[in-house]
Amino acid sequence: MNYEPVIGLEVHAQLLTETKIFCACSTRFGSRPNENTCPVCLGLPGVLPVLNKKVVEYAIRAGLATHCAITRKSVFARKNYFYPDLPKGYQISQYELPICQKGWIEIEVGTQKKRIGITRIHLEEDAGKSLHEHPKTRQHGASWVDLNRAGVALIETVSEPDIRSAEETVAYLKKFRAILVSLGICDGNMEEGSLRCDVNISLRPVGTEKFGTRAELKNMNSFKHIEKALAYEINRQASLLDAGKTITQETRLWNDDLGVTESMRSKEEAFDYRYFPDPDLLPLVVSDTWITEIEKSLPELPDAMRDRLIRDYQLTPYDAAILTGSRDLSRFFEQSVQLYPEAKKVANWIINEFLRLIEGDESRIAGTKITPQHLAKTLQLVDAGTISGSVAKTVLQKIFESGGGPEAVIAREGLAQVSDTGALEAAIAEIIAANPDQVAKYKGGNEKLIGFFVGLVMKKTQGRGNPGLINKLLKDKLG
Amino acid sequence: MFSFSRGKMKLTHEEVKKIARLARLQLTEADLEKYATQLSAVLSYIERLNQLDTANIEPTAHAFLVPTPFREDKVKPYTEQELSLQNAPDREGPFFKVPKVIA
Ligand SMILES: [Zn+2]
Repeated sequence: MNYEPVIGLEVHAQLLTETKIFCACSTRFGSRPNENTCPVCLGLPGVLPVLNKKVVEYAIRAGLATHCAITRKSVFARKNYFYPDLPKGYQISQYELPICQKGWIEIEVGTQKKRIGITRIHLEEDAGKSLHEHPKTRQHGASWVDLNRAGVALIETVSEPDIRSAEETVAYLKKFRAILVSLGICDGNMEEGSLRCDVNISLRPVGTEKFGTRAELKNMNSFKHIEKALAYEINRQASLLDAGKTITQETRLWNDDLGVTESMRSKEEAFDYRYFPDPDLLPLVVSDTWITEIEKSLPELPDAMRDRLIRDYQLTPYDAAILTGSRDLSRFFEQSVQLYPEAKKVANWIINEFLRLIEGDESRIAGTKITPQHLAKTLQLVDAGTISGSVAKTVLQKIFESGGGPEAVIAREGLAQVSDTGALEAAIAEIIAANPDQVAKYKGGNEKLIGFFVGLVMKKTQGRGNPGLINKLLKDKLG
Repeated sequence: MFSFSRGKMKLTHEEVKKIARLARLQLTEADLEKYATQLSAVLSYIERLNQLDTANIEPTAHAFLVPTPFREDKVKPYTEQELSLQNAPDREGPFFKVPKVIA
């Protein structure tokens, strides 16, 4: 049978505040284990949580940027469960009254635009980290707990089950990440766990309304894994349904080594979190004035920026969507265009070369040795005939690897274009002498062979020959 | 979790066992009977409250009328981690050490 996937996402985003959500401990990454802990985040008796104002502001930013209604009076609740990295025995979260509700995000797949609903965004605290192997001694007999992350502020964003394919899933996640990053409230790093994603997926026969039983894929930490895991899961569920079997509602994990999703062997009893309002925290009240103030401070968001790039630089929607994938990338583009005003060309070089060098990882832009000045200068040198387009790629590669401006790199690596007629003529003479058959064919009317000769000359000059000049000289000699 | 309807007077031992398990408590048979009686009394009281008409009353989790206060996002380092670690049942270097948890 033909099935349609029904997908919804729960995304946890770590907020970029200086301190934790309910205490003044630092959120700094890479501190000594348990250095950033205090009686509040350790859950010691007799202490009270005090809410970090910035955390609320950041959650409201996320809500406004995703067209949510901001709840004027929201409530913190306790989610009860036992785990060693949860020192209080409960996680402070929001349940019935989350801070943001009912919004949407627009995604583009191909040329289609689509709105994905946001059910809610709520505030909560992160748990600590349990190591099951001692980091130094490599022992296994116990678990070692580091509570530096316990109490770091998170927002959990739950989407409506509006997503219908792996492609849409990735588009949604990329758009959401771009929004968070442009708001400056999350660094969006999936590998380090600043952005964590759980995917709910079920199938239903095409044309029907009723949802099937879903599986939850937990802790998806890269776009590639999400695509592969969804493809696998869609197949798995379809074959079960085709065989007349039922889907078990369960949590599954993606095993990238085996290329399969595996059941987490759900414990006998389902989780029973017994949510109830946290008596230690009074209702969270936000005023209209504050919301208006935050709304005014919002930066240009990815959708608006994409539309502006299309309008101001005549970029294609596809290019504009890529270039607005992160604030660093769009800034790189706009700074480059200031220095080298052929926007389409700059866009191509950034998308095809620059992104390849940083392996598509936009978080590396800030630390890379290539600057917009370097890119603009390199393109000018191509225009001036100092280097060819293919050598320009090498130049960018060398700058990326070891720094230095394009001119210095060209001098250092001997990459300047050979426009010396004498040297090129010598190379051409050799090639003509070595390929009498092709010369005869060319003279017999097969003019396409000019490309063959140009290629040989380029090879002889290690790609540094001036292509225009080579063409002209070859035609003279062969004509 | 479970429902305690008006007609039902007493929690079963199974229900008490489930609550105990969620709280990680180990109860004897005698405990089960004792807590079944005590918890049932608590629930009967809540059941009485349920008779009130609260249709037009906003759900209230606190008796205070003030909202939660805010704290500015400024780091104030706490420096007595050594004391925290010393008070833990077990520690190893800067870590809290716990019985092995299956990942
Ligand atoms: Zn703390």
